Amino acid sequence: MARVVIADHLLVYTGGQHVVELPAASFRELLEALDERWPGAREAFARCAVAIDGQIYQDAYLEPIGKDSEVFFMQRIEGG
Amino acid sequence: MSEAIDYKVIGTSPIRPDGVDKVTGRAQYGADLNLPNQIYGKVLRSPHAHARILGIDTSRARAMPGVFAVITGADFPESERGAIGGEGGGDVSDLAKNIMARDKVLYHGHAVAAVAASSQSVAEAALAAIEVRYEVLPPVLDLLSAMQPDAPLLDPNCFTKNLPEKPERPSNIAAVMKLGRGNVDEGFAQADVIVEGEYRIPMAHQGYIEPHACVASANEQGQTTVWCCTQGHFEFRAMTAKVLRMNIADLKFIASEIGGGFGGKTVVYLEPLAVLLSRKARRPVKMMMTREEVFRATGPTSGAICRIRLGARRDGTFTAASAWLAYEAGAYAGAPMGPGAMTVFAPYVLEHFQVEAFDVLVNKPKVAAYRAPGAPQSMYAMECAIDELSIRLGIDPIDLRLKNAAEAGTQAPYGPKFPPIGLKACLEAARVHPNYTRPVPAGAGRGVAVGFWFNVGMQSSAEVHINENGTVTLVEGSPDIGGSRASMCMMAAETLGVPYEQIRALIGDTESTGFSNVTGGSRTTFATGMAVVRACEDIIAQCKARAAATWGVDADQVLWEDGRAIPAPGVNAELKPLSLAEIAGNAARTGGPLLGRASLNAQGAGAGFSVNFADLAVDRETGKVDVLAFTAIQDAGKAIHRAYVEGQIQGGAAQGLGWALNEEYIYDEQGVMQNAGFLDYRIPVASDLPMIDTQIIEVPNPSHPFGVRGVGETPIVAPLAAAANAVARATGVRIHDLPLAPPRVLAALEAAGG
Repeated sequence: MARVVIADHLLVYTGGQHVVELPAASFRELLEALDERWPGAREAFARCAVAIDGQIYQDAYLEPIGKDSEVFFMQRIEGG
Repeated sequence: MSEAIDYKVIGTSPIRPDGVDKVTGRAQYGADLNLPNQIYGKVLRSPHAHARILGIDTSRARAMPGVFAVITGADFPESERGAIGGEGGGDVSDLAKNIMARDKVLYHGHAVAAVAASSQSVAEAALAAIEVRYEVLPPVLDLLSAMQPDAPLLDPNCFTKNLPEKPERPSNIAAVMKLGRGNVDEGFAQADVIVEGEYRIPMAHQGYIEPHACVASANEQGQTTVWCCTQGHFEFRAMTAKVLRMNIADLKFIASEIGGGFGGKTVVYLEPLAVLLSRKARRPVKMMMTREEVFRATGPTSGAICRIRLGARRDGTFTAASAWLAYEAGAYAGAPMGPGAMTVFAPYVLEHFQVEAFDVLVNKPKVAAYRAPGAPQSMYAMECAIDELSIRLGIDPIDLRLKNAAEAGTQAPYGPKFPPIGLKACLEAARVHPNYTRPVPAGAGRGVAVGFWFNVGMQSSAEVHINENGTVTLVEGSPDIGGSRASMCMMAAETLGVPYEQIRALIGDTESTGFSNVTGGSRTTFATGMAVVRACEDIIAQCKARAAATWGVDADQVLWEDGRAIPAPGVNAELKPLSLAEIAGNAARTGGPLLGRASLNAQGAGAGFSVNFADLAVDRETGKVDVLAFTAIQDAGKAIHRAYVEGQIQGGAAQGLGWALNEEYIYDEQGVMQNAGFLDYRIPVASDLPMIDTQIIEVPNPSHPFGVRGVGETPIVAPLAAAANAVARATGVRIHDLPLAPPRVLAALEAAGG
């Protein structure tokens, strides 16, 4: 089960739950699992950047997630 | 530290391929293009910072000889809502209204109409003939006033986002963000010393030398070509298509050379207007901003108010920190409060912290990105607080930072654990640097500060064409702002094993190469460079297959070494190596032209850290501050072109020092900017600054073939606090608000008793 940490600005979609453990072998599956747990959350989460085991991805759709992975949702990062 | 790899090209500093054209005036910038039958577009701008548009009468302008087209907000299609997409973010509807006001003007200089005419003078006369009736509203110019519940509203439909429940009343606070970990009360209870303060950082402009300019030419079917100076022509095409509800296939964007951007040319202002005017006029339309328009109507970076509280034990260990950060968004939501919140404590190990950040609407231009958007403001406050702590505890400022510095495995405040990073290496290098170990000049103070930026990857494309004599043409989609063509050629040369001089790089237009996001976010050398390396690897694979076919062996029996295909050990020793030129010259017989390509969405950008220290002296009679010495140390991961990396670091230092010492938007009570020109908005010039000494640290980013992290943004972060901390140590007076211009410094010294 991946340990998923929800950024504060997304807590509105999770009823305030900050950490959740979900079965997912990829980021795509994780989005599905989140949407199943909190219907309608997928779009907001898909807009985020995500860090999987320390590596930040702006678009992680196809990235694999390990059984013991740590996943952090965070704001997308821009730049000048 | 960096594993020593014996590169032949990477890490050198060859002459840039675009240099001769730039220094001889041949290079074509945004305003240099002219087309047959071209006419000129000009924009009528609001004289009020906040007003309702009651009516616009363009009839007199339309009737003037030489006027071909007039447009107002009514000529634009109904805006769709939703994200712009791409690197900059934001909302399409807001973008459209920022380009041309509809029912309200929200800042002085907001566009309300545009004309296209036979000459610039006729266009200006036509603007003067347009009558706009306004209901003037009170402007909201101050952050704290704008956040009050009873403040005049810029947008009555703006309800603060990211709250647990949608608020009942609209507000100028467009969004809030919170970050936190641990228990700050517990952390502060463990502290022996607590410092706190409120810091104000002014709105500042990127100060790019080239004003915005473009030419649009629409044909009778509506297909339109746009030439413009931009950090990203693909994203400009997308924004223009969304604002005008056009088919993206009907728009072709060609990027000119660019005279600076620093984030400010990631957003469209003129391009949709020029397209619309050209469609109406049926002629090419050229539009060029004046410097005054650049200041009044394009996006600077946010002014901010940052409150910091920091606690530590006597040995210097941080126990807790809190930050309250309010950022000016300007007229529409989208201040960089998120990056500000995520960066403020990023360099340090903190068990207990909390951050609260606000995106606040004010009647000023909608902000745009500026190098490391959001980080200089919040990190200025934190780095000043650390300096105060250093003084209170009597600990050297570098030692204090080293004691608390993040390293690989540290959980970043914004979530994940850091992979290998170079902060400690930068601090160690600073501690023993001869500029740091020498005495502080008499009468001066030495300030230290740390900078940080995430860096990003995103989408890039590259193609590598091998010409019949083995020379190389490299096509990329990233506009070259800081010398990236040279860096791309160097990475291609290193990968292919051919001389740098045999490679030519060009920036393809939106119809001739694959999509690439903007040149921004310190991503181009990292992401586009990765695409170039992959495209070269594609070429090598093809060359090995061609050599194998020529030799009658399997492809896996061929190696690529020093730009040649050679037989693998144990394979027929009689085979003579085939150079790239030989393989290319024989390409017709082995399958046709050699073309390698790669498109990717680069992941794994490596965080960049820097340490700056500076010696500044203060004239106690005038308040003038002089920079005597400045040293910038930064982890580049791997410097591809060393001189360009040094140039990025020096440029960021100069801009950061300008922001610290002089630069600010000055408004009157009606919201009219009082210093909209380089005479009154004073950026540093060469005579203002000493040589910026640089030291490049190389802790490779494992996600890039050569270890690149990206270097363009981190350099602007630390100079603000390095300068302020130096002034505080030189004078014994802590001035919290920037810029440290003579009147403010003098007033602070006098208030402190001289």
